Amino acid sequence: MTDNTLDTQIDLVRDEGFYQTNLRSRKFRGNLWKNFFLLAIIVAFGALLALFYNIANSAFGYVVEDYAVNPTTLAPDGNLSALREDELIAILLEYQERRLPVYIRDYVFTGDPTQFTTLPVSEVLAGKWYPPETDALTIRDLTPAQQAEVLERNMDQAQMVTLITEQVVDPVVLESYTLVESIFNRPAIEAEFQEEFVEQGATLYFTSWVNLDFLTSPLSNNPAAAGARTAIIGTLLVVIVTICIAFPIGVGAAIYLEEYSDHQEGHFLTRMNRIIETNIRNLAGVPSIIYGLLGLAVFVRTLGGVTGGRTIISASLTMALLILPVIIINAQEALRAVPSSLRDASYGMGATKWQTIYKVVMPSAIPGILTGTILAMSRAIGETAPLIIVGASTFILFDPSSLQSRFTVLPILIYNWTSRPQPEFKNLAASAIIVLLVLLLILNATAIILRQRARKSLAS
Amino acid sequence: MATTEAGRNQPTPSSPGVVRVAHHDKPLTKTMRPIDSIVRIVMFACGILSIFTTAGIVIVLGTQAFAFFQREAVDIIEFLTGSTWVPQGGQFGFLPLLNSTIVTSFWAMVVALPLGLGAAVYMSEYARAGVRDRIKPVLELLAGIPTVTYGYFALTFMTPVLRSIFGENNIQIYNMLSAGLVMGIMILPTIASMSEDALRAVPGSLRDASYGLGATKFETTSKVVIPAALSGLIAAFIVGIARAVGETMIVALAAGAGPLSSLTLDPRIAGETITGHIARISGGDLPYGSIDYESLFALGLALFVFTLGLNIISQRITKRFREVYQ
Repeated sequence: MTDNTLDTQIDLVRDEGFYQTNLRSRKFRGNLWKNFFLLAIIVAFGALLALFYNIANSAFGYVVEDYAVNPTTLAPDGNLSALREDELIAILLEYQERRLPVYIRDYVFTGDPTQFTTLPVSEVLAGKWYPPETDALTIRDLTPAQQAEVLERNMDQAQMVTLITEQVVDPVVLESYTLVESIFNRPAIEAEFQEEFVEQGATLYFTSWVNLDFLTSPLSNNPAAAGARTAIIGTLLVVIVTICIAFPIGVGAAIYLEEYSDHQEGHFLTRMNRIIETNIRNLAGVPSIIYGLLGLAVFVRTLGGVTGGRTIISASLTMALLILPVIIINAQEALRAVPSSLRDASYGMGATKWQTIYKVVMPSAIPGILTGTILAMSRAIGETAPLIIVGASTFILFDPSSLQSRFTVLPILIYNWTSRPQPEFKNLAASAIIVLLVLLLILNATAIILRQRARKSLAS
Repeated sequence: MATTEAGRNQPTPSSPGVVRVAHHDKPLTKTMRPIDSIVRIVMFACGILSIFTTAGIVIVLGTQAFAFFQREAVDIIEFLTGSTWVPQGGQFGFLPLLNSTIVTSFWAMVVALPLGLGAAVYMSEYARAGVRDRIKPVLELLAGIPTVTYGYFALTFMTPVLRSIFGENNIQIYNMLSAGLVMGIMILPTIASMSEDALRAVPGSLRDASYGLGATKFETTSKVVIPAALSGLIAAFIVGIARAVGETMIVALAAGAGPLSSLTLDPRIAGETITGHIARISGGDLPYGSIDYESLFALGLALFVFTLGLNIISQRITKRFREVYQ
């Protein structure tokens, strides 16, 4: 029976015609699958393109903007920055006379806002300029002209421009269009603008949502005025502090595991090292949100007295724990790549272990270690989930100034803006994503350049 | 060292400079070297920190979860089997959250497994070295994009696309399908790169033998190379699942905060995953010691156990696979 089938099969194979058709179908099937495999690559490329298209589409395009007061009526060409301080103060006095005390509270006063109206001027403005012979009066007793002078003497010109843009000009985005619409549907946009918005004096113009104002303005609930400065500073601070904590510890751990762990006498330490290695591998696979919970319980709550709670230092410590496995694993690989002949030569010259590590192994391993560290930095920049848990603020008015300030970071800002219902915030989110991606790009380019330079200097 | 001792034993030094030093000093091996021992201890401390991190995670999650289960309103059996998660109503059954996690992870794997494997096979078996070197950076780029960006992409691109294909009434604005598919794109590079490593570790002799028997390239790939690399591929797949389960930002942005009392496999509706729930609840200032605060840690513990289990299984499989070919 089996022999029969085998015979028939052999006969079939010998049959040239069948062989040819069979081969053709086999090759056809092969090609079909080859195309499927290629398709997988194309889909990945396509996804990347769609992602960039989608971001660019939101970050650029026509907007219809309206002002409470058109800046062209305030300054020639609408350029407020060109005005002098006294001209700016005159504008404030003209349009927002009754809100001057509020501005003093927000921009000049640094104490407890609830006491602002009751304290005398001498205490409110202690150490700052205030009109003579008004020490005992409260801010509200001053004349508008005096209040304006307080502002003029205690604020710089850039702050005043921001203040007037926000409070007097008060821009509002009435409508925003995507990049694709703006390019291919321009007549329709202009028709719609003429029909709906032109009467109220709004302007239609093409804009990039990522611009200098966006980079330098603080957060705001008004999409037309909102910027990302606070979050950019927050991101940089958190990442720098994180690396300062994680780099020495990570490299130290890698050196221990690679350079000190063999030739251990006694079973205990050897076993310990194996546990540490496995443990690091496992830690690398723990979801980042778990680190957030750890940070919340340990750094924010238990050590709250030292860290100040939901602050930059808490976030950085959490992030450091998160990226430690990445740094350690990469540094280990870099150390492993150093040929042992170098070490042997160093020992042969009579160097101690630490001298060998410090003067021989490290210099040739440092490019690899730095590359790994920069990869870890990229991870820290993009992480969002643990910082949500640790408590990055979604809205703060002040730039973080110390390790114990409250803070926000770019990914949190993107998360917050994306989840808002108003469409303008989607434009802002796209701009923030561009800023984030550019930061990542700069980091990775630095990594590549560093690596090449270090290689060159090693070679010579 | 040998020369030193030889020098010490000689009664009359022939070259005074060198030997005098050796004569008065202790043997070099016995010299105290404080820096070396300090450095060694410091490095050891750095290494041991990772153990403390793990211990910290286990202790923090464990104690808070324990406090959670000690409460009268909570019952561990109800937590594991209950199908309603309404903290305000005192109902803490985590199955709806688990259900959404499984649904989104499933759709992520529907995208990531075939595409990741396909991309890996193409790079390892079909592409010439030059082409591969150009494809790899693109995949690395995909892997390096922050997950919150993918969340934005899911909400503002994938969801509208899905809604225009299947009809606005059939798919909710926040839905698990969109989140799952985009999560698949996010995981694709991980699976592709791990699978490619596994495929390339298969010795060329196996391929040559297969060609020698007259097999076509595809037959060699599908019947020889893939079975030989199977354990590595499975490991990649499991790591992919672990990443999908632990992913937060995409689901938090795109999957919504859907029904917390129904178990449904329908991906077109909103659903809140374990991670999505943790992110949403902790967004505000949660009072410490409140039942919501403690519930976060119970959910975190479940997530930790789940992903750790997956990662350990994956490592075991990879280890076995290494033993076969090296």
